[in-house]
Amino acid sequence: MNKKLQPIVQALQKDLDAQVDEFRDEVHVSVAPEHILVACQMLRDKFDFELLSTLTAVDYWPEENPRFHVIYQLTSVSRGLSLMLRVPLAGMMPVLPTMTVVYQNANWRERELWDMFGIRFTGHPDLRRILMPSDWEGYPLRKDYPLGYEEPQFTFNFEEIDLRKPYAKG
Amino acid sequence: MGIEQKLGNMGVVTTTLEQAVNWSRFRAMWPMLFGLACCAIEMMAAQASSYDLSRFGMELMRASPRQSDLMIVAGRVSRKMAPVLRRLYDQMPEPKWVIAMGDCASCGGVFNNYAILQGVDEVVPVDVYVAGCPPRPEALIHGIVTLHEKVRGEKVKQWAKA
Repeated sequence: MNKKLQPIVQALQKDLDAQVDEFRDEVHVSVAPEHILVACQMLRDKFDFELLSTLTAVDYWPEENPRFHVIYQLTSVSRGLSLMLRVPLAGMMPVLPTMTVVYQNANWRERELWDMFGIRFTGHPDLRRILMPSDWEGYPLRKDYPLGYEEPQFTFNFEEIDLRKPYAKG
Repeated sequence: MGIEQKLGNMGVVTTTLEQAVNWSRFRAMWPMLFGLACCAIEMMAAQASSYDLSRFGMELMRASPRQSDLMIVAGRVSRKMAPVLRRLYDQMPEPKWVIAMGDCASCGGVFNNYAILQGVDEVVPVDVYVAGCPPRPEALIHGIVTLHEKVRGEKVKQWAKA
């Protein structure tokens, strides 16, 4: 682990009961959902992590506890550090407090997570779909979401599939 | 070698209405200026000097659907874009034609998934499909010439399709 990161990670472990995991010099800190706001506030104000580089999620379906991991990638430009926070979330319709109060740019990222994974962020100023049409049903990046592709046509079933196709009329 | 040699001294030429109208339609068929993905790059190349679509009376890509006769759907159409595409088609004046350029516009191409229309013929009626990923400018021009042949051979009773 980077020497400059050690006191920061230790503070997270001590104050917020965080789990630390290291893989090829990349440090992952797992934080409970109720602590994530405090953790980011602390990292931003005390340890100069000015930038939320990315905010994303992983779906570990069919595991259900935890099913999702929400990932906050933080960067400190002034100290030259980066740190990954992971929040494991249980259940099919998980809820997290919004990060927009700490990092403004979390706004669209959280909308994307709501759109693609169905993770709800309480207190978000404008939680609408951002990529899919507003009347879309379901959350496409979930592992249990059907791909919804079309059956390939071969010579033996060409006509049969052709009849089901929605051709537009002039 | 021109028409003036056939005019004689009368200054009059006779033809059928069908031929005259079809000639005016396919000799100045203005495409709409819009591209959806990488196929649009090939469409631009077809417009540019080495392929030069203006040889076919198509030097103008109209940026307004109100002034265009031909819609070249160049690229994949997402389900979010589909209503927009249909609206553009509805805004074009009759008579109008559609070319589905490339595999994505024709049948979904490599994007066999929830977000992409499996062929633009789900939302607009297509006259000519051009295969290729993306099709070269020659292929697009072949599609256009095929459409020209179709329009050239139209009968009067087919005009009132709308």
